Amino acid sequence: MRRSMLFLPGNSPNLLVNAACLGADAVIFDLEDAVSPAEKDAARILVRSTMGHMDFCGCETIVRINAVDTPYWQLDIDAVLPEGPGLLMVPKAGTAEDVRTVEAYVTRQEARLGLASGAVGLMPLIETALGVENAFAIATCSPRVRALFLGAEDLTADLQCRRTKEGREIAYARSRLVMAARAAGVEVYDTPFTDVNDDEGARSDALTAKSLGFTGKAAISPRHLAAINEVFSPTAEEIDYAYEVMEAIAAAQRQGKGAVALRGKMIDAPIVARARRTIATAQALGLGREEQV
Amino acid sequence: MNKVVGSIREAISLSGLRDGMTVSFHHHLRNGDYVLNLVMEEIAAMGLRGLTVNASALFDVHAPLLRHIEGGVVTGVAASYISGGLGRAFSRGILQGEVEFRTHGGRPKAIAQGVTPVDVAFIAAPAADAMGNCTGKFGPSACGSLGYAFADARYAKKVVVITDHLAPYPLQGWSISEDQVDYVVAVDAIGDPKGIVSGTTKMTRDPVGLLMASYAARVIEASGLLQEGFSFQTGAGGASLAAAQFLQEIMVRKKIRGSFASGGITGCLVEMLRAGCFESLLDVQCFDLKAVESLREDPRHQEISAMQYAAPGSRGAVVDSLDVVILGATEIDTDFNVNVHTDSSGVIMGGSGGHSDTAAGAKIAMVIAPMFRARMPMITDCVTCVSTPGRHIDVLVTQGGIAVNPQNGELKDRLRAAGLPVMEIRQLKEKAEGITGKPKAVSRGDRVVAKVIGREGELLSSIRSVPQNP
Repeated sequence: MRRSMLFLPGNSPNLLVNAACLGADAVIFDLEDAVSPAEKDAARILVRSTMGHMDFCGCETIVRINAVDTPYWQLDIDAVLPEGPGLLMVPKAGTAEDVRTVEAYVTRQEARLGLASGAVGLMPLIETALGVENAFAIATCSPRVRALFLGAEDLTADLQCRRTKEGREIAYARSRLVMAARAAGVEVYDTPFTDVNDDEGARSDALTAKSLGFTGKAAISPRHLAAINEVFSPTAEEIDYAYEVMEAIAAAQRQGKGAVALRGKMIDAPIVARARRTIATAQALGLGREEQV
Repeated sequence: MNKVVGSIREAISLSGLRDGMTVSFHHHLRNGDYVLNLVMEEIAAMGLRGLTVNASALFDVHAPLLRHIEGGVVTGVAASYISGGLGRAFSRGILQGEVEFRTHGGRPKAIAQGVTPVDVAFIAAPAADAMGNCTGKFGPSACGSLGYAFADARYAKKVVVITDHLAPYPLQGWSISEDQVDYVVAVDAIGDPKGIVSGTTKMTRDPVGLLMASYAARVIEASGLLQEGFSFQTGAGGASLAAAQFLQEIMVRKKIRGSFASGGITGCLVEMLRAGCFESLLDVQCFDLKAVESLREDPRHQEISAMQYAAPGSRGAVVDSLDVVILGATEIDTDFNVNVHTDSSGVIMGGSGGHSDTAAGAKIAMVIAPMFRARMPMITDCVTCVSTPGRHIDVLVTQGGIAVNPQNGELKDRLRAAGLPVMEIRQLKEKAEGITGKPKAVSRGDRVVAKVIGREGELLSSIRSVPQNP
């Protein structure tokens, strides 16, 4: 479950060591933009050692490696792969080829290190106009791709427009990414809200992302995590409805009925699938019911 | 009649100060104070020896005092707080005797009862008139409240007011009145405004501090005490300020009108007053310019003496009416004893201030501290120095979880019910040590360099010397 993901600079020991406490479902150890070229090696070693030493108490660890057009990305992978990151975030993914380049290297290194093949997933970071236009190709280029991630800061620079709190300038990119990811059967995560002092703005931005179909949202400040987690958690009403759906389905099966109606509406396969997802999330959050449905 | 004398030296002479006597100072000018150094320089130049300096706190700016100790001018030191720069020298044993630490409430009580009598009190006053009426609310060196100087003024045998802003008689809005003052000295400057109060006290942006602050606010919300008439105290540290800000959001949202906030006052608490969270502020010390301005302008913001603030066993102390206080710690042990006097090497770098007074008085005394600082875990088996006994601490808030003193089972249940991450303090200690490892014990010298005296006058702890380069 990744309702929220928190970016943490890879060269900040105090933040890394506290990663598990900050309230995110996943943390993204950043070796890319947050780290200056002179600090790249120190950050890489620090992130590797932290991942090897610390118990993150169920908080997933993701590493943002450097882009494939830099001299760092392979060194990043070499360092963190043995520590079993949940995902590798591949920045500036403009084409499927960018992602395949990383995939091929990860596959080679997994074999060399004797790690299970295909264990590490990739999360391309779509932050260029080219990447947005190629989103579906990127999402489907490898079984390692588990999710797409929208990066709005670089994207708006590429679009030559101003990044706003309202986010109208990224509306197309958001919808395009959700569409591509869902068509490809992978998850999709929204860009961080960057005003760390605007809690209401963060909540509103998370609600927008949720309404468009995003799986979760990233943050650059722990202050925004509670709102993001709340927005991307099922409400009590949604959970109740999901259980009602599953009970109605079970009752219909017992009675040998084909079509099932609930609250005056036909229950079809997508509604059942959604109910199953809601219940799975609720159970992961400790909000589920004890009986198995 | 006019009490103004020509110089500090003349005032010292007239006061009758002799070898072996005690002089006192307040610390409202904090690290910007000139007065303690000016006075001690004159005392040394006059050839006096064997004096005791009783200051409500000593800061790094008072480093010249070390020279007077080495020269035998000063042979005794008493304070409620000593900052790290001076603390290191005391920890090395610069004083032949022992530093006496008392709490902010214990110090005035000991002065009043004659346990630590003061012969001459030198009171730095940002504004005064020729008869000695004085205050901290006005003048170029305005520091706000003079709360820690009241007992000195009232009980010292002689009182000298030193000011850089001599105003016409009668001074408006005095804090200390002329009937307590013997001499007035005008000097060019009593302090450096930059070191006296900060322009603004800022909330932390550190994610770990913010996390602890949000837990702290939620603990208060869940405690059952956050209702009409709520009273509150917190420090000026980044996480404490953030906790106050989060608390303000809760109080405004729930339309809760508290009674008072007390202690050292920051702009953050002034904001809470203005937002309707409290009826009044009870101010023993101002931490920033916004607090100074509010004390001057807003009648709801009242100056209180250290006696009224925190003296134990007095006819009434504000701390005894406190619901919640947020405190810090350099170390806390598994019995909830707190150290705020020394660092992890045992070097003096602080003091109780109002820590143990408020902990003893408040219904809930909450310590906020990170699980570790750099590589040192903060929770230990046994603190190097007991500043505040664990029986007065109710709850410890860290980024990794919240531990409730077993004696407060009801609070523990309430926090659990609110979904807060409550765990045993030993679990928290193990969690921290899982990351930092368990530190080796630090070796200490045989000599006792300081005594920590509890608010009731009892010996709480003896601080031992440390090697030259620990």
